[in-house]
Amino acid sequence: MTLPRTQKTSRAPGERPAGDPPAGRSRPRRTSPLLGYLLRRLGTSVLLLLGVTIVTFALTNLVPGNPVAAALGEGAASNPETVAAYVKRYGLDQPLPVQYLTYLGNLLQGDLGRSLATGRPVTTDLATAIPATLEIAVLTIIVSLLVATVLGTVAAYRRGMVTDQVVRVVSLVGLSLPTFWLALVSFNFFFLQLRVVPGSGRLTATLTPPPTVTGLFTVDFLLNGDGVGFVDALAHLTLPVFVLSLFTVGLLTRFIRTSVLEVLGSDYVRAARAKGLSPMRIVFDYVLRGASLPILTIVGIAFGALLSGTVLVESVFAWPGLGTYAYNAARNLDLPGIMGVGLVVGFIYLGLNFIVDLLYGLLDPRVRLA
Amino acid sequence: MSALTITDLNVDLGRPVVRGLSLTLEPGKIQGLAGESGSGKTVTSLAVLGLLPRTARVTGSIRVGETEIIGLRTGALNRVRGRRVAMVFQDPSASLHPQLTVGHQLTDHVRTHMKLDRKAAKAHALELLERVRVPDPEAALGRYPHQFSGGQRQRVAIAIALACDPDVLLADEPTTALDVTVQAGILRLIRDLADERRLAVLLVTHDLGVLSAIADDIAVMRQGVIVESATRAELFINPQHAYTRELLSAMPGSPYEEAPRVD
Repeated sequence: MTLPRTQKTSRAPGERPAGDPPAGRSRPRRTSPLLGYLLRRLGTSVLLLLGVTIVTFALTNLVPGNPVAAALGEGAASNPETVAAYVKRYGLDQPLPVQYLTYLGNLLQGDLGRSLATGRPVTTDLATAIPATLEIAVLTIIVSLLVATVLGTVAAYRRGMVTDQVVRVVSLVGLSLPTFWLALVSFNFFFLQLRVVPGSGRLTATLTPPPTVTGLFTVDFLLNGDGVGFVDALAHLTLPVFVLSLFTVGLLTRFIRTSVLEVLGSDYVRAARAKGLSPMRIVFDYVLRGASLPILTIVGIAFGALLSGTVLVESVFAWPGLGTYAYNAARNLDLPGIMGVGLVVGFIYLGLNFIVDLLYGLLDPRVRLA
Repeated sequence: MSALTITDLNVDLGRPVVRGLSLTLEPGKIQGLAGESGSGKTVTSLAVLGLLPRTARVTGSIRVGETEIIGLRTGALNRVRGRRVAMVFQDPSASLHPQLTVGHQLTDHVRTHMKLDRKAAKAHALELLERVRVPDPEAALGRYPHQFSGGQRQRVAIAIALACDPDVLLADEPTTALDVTVQAGILRLIRDLADERRLAVLLVTHDLGVLSAIADDIAVMRQGVIVESATRAELFINPQHAYTRELLSAMPGSPYEEAPRVD
């Protein structure tokens, strides 16, 4: 009697040496798939930027009453010459589409109008406010990501055990505490009572800001080789960053824990264990790399959320950033100021998304080479 | 000496999954382990590498050469894993890391276990890819898993498993996720490797057809227990257990009569 053979095994003898279809890409390789991917993303970003300008432009026309009066303020608006000059400069006597193009043209030249609250060009104001906010936001994200990666990974490895429970409660508390309340409490406790950290501004009044290179005081002090200034700027960052980090750490920890758990259950981590790699090697090379894409997504979202979160925190700590500027502009009905902030925040979001897309391409060969 | 000796293995994952299993693997021989899903065959192979969840209760004895696996700490286990016992998983698109190049995954454990430097590890990797017949090995090292076909990926996975020249290869349904047309090529490769390297292979599958092609001995497992164990010829010509006959009759194109279901 012959052995029973299924269809698949009966082919074995006549099989080609490497019996699989040819590997990989049949198409010839184009110059750089990553570049193409980036150009596509960039194109999308430009279109979105135009969308943002349309929204801010529409805002000027939606303001109840006279946009000229709103833009110039009551005093100047009562002077017909000033009004006429303003109308001419911004082409307000033209039809809306032409007005929009004029607005766009001014925008491209960096002309965002003059702030009613400060009397300076909005561009000048924003040039100091943006780096101030970015300094807080970037430091917060870096600190949060480091802390949350450790907490989330440890919690995932100790799933269901005491460490995991503690981490989950802590991250929930961080997420739940209202940021403005936390800002006030920590201002009161760490600054007014303990006096361990400075509580307002970017720098002690007796120090002069460093020569502007990046606009980030810590970086500029370092570039200038000024250790005292660096430490002082860092000390001033402590409280705002601490307050904002609690929320971000809470958010990131929960996501990282979930992502790491998912990766830990994957075949490739099991395969890495089966290879006898050390646990540390597996964490960094296999687990965190595998979890990096969802982590990147949530970091992008958290960074965006930070920008809105800074408004209240900056007010409490008298931090001369975008949040404080937006707050003052809104209080003074400073339309050019409000529009400027709106535009900048829109730009930052888009820039952020572009960076996230870029990092996706770098982290994931399937995105890069697809 | 046997390459792998499992004696009276019991695994409890909240319920008994493997009960009193004993199995011996000899160098150069392919031991088939057949059974339906949930019969405990995969758990058995994971137990050999100490890869079961922490909550699993494992008793009995698993000896790799002279080394007892059960109760070994991670550090000592890692000197066995990959080095003396290697594993090939069912689905190579899941068992290879999508973000790491084939070269990286082929050399990281080599550098750990065999203390080779980057250059030597790369040369070793090239040799392996050539041996498992991955076309253009040099370019393949820099590619990512998604740039290979399913069959090529499994060849890469086999190359990774063989990289540190292990004594025992655990292959868990290594052809199940593949097209029928490429299954035969992979099975042939495993057979050839077992012969030329005196590799002891545990081939776990639900498909007796796979075992009929390349296994030397076959154990049939059901509900955590080995119900029948014999040489390939004996098992196919004269199956003793009703469950074995049922499995045989379930094969497409089977000459066996429809066996009564065993419940």
